[in-house]
Amino acid sequence: MKNCEYQQIDPRALSVSPASAPQSPAETTAQRSRRKWEVFPGRNRFFCDGRIILASQSGVLPLTLGLIVVTCGLFFAFDCPFLVEHLTAFIPVIAAVLFVFVVISLLRTSFTDPGILPRATPDEAADIEKQIDTSGSSTYRPPPRTKEILINQQVVKLKYCFTCKMFRPPRTSHCSLCDNCVERFDHHCPWVGNCVGKRNYRFFYSFIISLSFLTSFIFGCVITHITLRSQAGKSLVQAVQESPARYPFIPMLNFYTIALVICFFSIWSILGLSGFHTYLVASNLTTNEDIKGSWSSKRGAEESGNPHSYNSIITNCCATLCGPMPPSLIDRRGVLPPDEAISAASASEIELPLFTAKNDAHMNKGSLKLDITEQLGDKKERKVLTARSLLSHRVTLSDCCRYRTSCLSWPVGE
Amino acid sequence: MRQQAAVAAKVFIQRDYTNGTVCQFQTKFPSELETRLDKQQFEETVRTLNNLYAEAEKLGSQSYIEGCLACLTAYTVFLCMETHYEKVLKKITKYIQEQNDKIYAPRGLLLTDPIERGLRVIEVTIFEDRSLTR
Repeated sequence: MKNCEYQQIDPRALSVSPASAPQSPAETTAQRSRRKWEVFPGRNRFFCDGRIILASQSGVLPLTLGLIVVTCGLFFAFDCPFLVEHLTAFIPVIAAVLFVFVVISLLRTSFTDPGILPRATPDEAADIEKQIDTSGSSTYRPPPRTKEILINQQVVKLKYCFTCKMFRPPRTSHCSLCDNCVERFDHHCPWVGNCVGKRNYRFFYSFIISLSFLTSFIFGCVITHITLRSQAGKSLVQAVQESPARYPFIPMLNFYTIALVICFFSIWSILGLSGFHTYLVASNLTTNEDIKGSWSSKRGAEESGNPHSYNSIITNCCATLCGPMPPSLIDRRGVLPPDEAISAASASEIELPLFTAKNDAHMNKGSLKLDITEQLGDKKERKVLTARSLLSHRVTLSDCCRYRTSCLSWPVGE
Repeated sequence: MRQQAAVAAKVFIQRDYTNGTVCQFQTKFPSELETRLDKQQFEETVRTLNNLYAEAEKLGSQSYIEGCLACLTAYTVFLCMETHYEKVLKKITKYIQEQNDKIYAPRGLLLTDPIERGLRVIEVTIFEDRSLTR
């Protein structure tokens, strides 16, 4: 008791958030009308009042953008004047068009909602729980919940997502980095700083295809440039060394060899990735399914065990790339109804005092221990938090509500 | 009529995946609605909704043209134009509202638009009977 100052707080007073009571009604309504993105449970960041969505870590997106811009900048500055003079003026035009296409596709991939599924409402979750056979819920490891359904006469297992509290639709996967279930989950791309899923796969595909064209084009142009210079009587090395864009102290290093080197190394990976994704598009697979081998026919009888494939390459391509654009299921810019806003606000503001009110008698030792079993997907993490750590971690009521059953046992010990 | 009726129960009609990932809902009539609603009407509603969603996701010439046009303009056309899917979703919202007004509200039921639940379920809220007889 001496090291933690706790006060008895009446739990009934907690239903009205303390911040709102003394303020004027106009202020409270302004405070209350919040948009849904502000209370979004996943790990995403939002900009422009919910219009732009990004993953929590932008990964190496700045690096990707930087590499593209720097390479193209060097190309336009040092190669284009020479090539326009000696070849044709279309070269910078084509490069500019490709560059714009690449950057727009990249930004669309990064800033678009990949197909995030909103989490189940409490009523929905309760309904699903009722339908599942519970077998002695006091065990620490409840059996993994799966449901088998028939898709196009093939048996497919649907797994239960403990975070989102629902059975995942087919081809949906939970991204642990973003903490969201994403429809038609392909992979989480650090280069792009976002998950790639149903809604932004076509942007991702056009990004890598156009980037392949851009890098090949720049690579070809730079090679042509060096060749043309060396044809004017000098050797290749001399041509590079005597170029006006030479960096003074390091031989052979000038600005267009930098572009050349970047293109050379990126071409292999980009072309390889494009080829791989072209194969995936043609067979209507996702990277996730391909890596896990979900549809690899072990029986050997059928050619394609993939129930989602249309069994025609053209139809698969058209369906994946030119199909209708599904809408965003998370209503980012919708306004929260006032009662939900209040419950969200008060949930985040009801903190440690609620626990202290319950265990006031044992506060003297300052040794409240909270045994929490957190279910993260199929893993279970058992945390034992002491009172001091609770204060520092600011465990909120909403956090605890997310934990699985049989948590919040109060082994108040020494 | 305007006073808040108490919610007795909620029924969730789940998705039907037998034809793949296309948005379709199960037409099985839930037992909780047996006392309130006619099975035919319920099936009719769900079947119309399924048809509307199928129309939204149809792979036809219109969707291909829209997709190719979008690709050529580097997907900037989506910033100005409403997609075909969104147009059908508006039609669906109107249809659900109309069904609620005509059929479900008089019986103390309320259909929630699936888009508000992430296209996962059709939520049917059952209100308590006694508040309607006032």
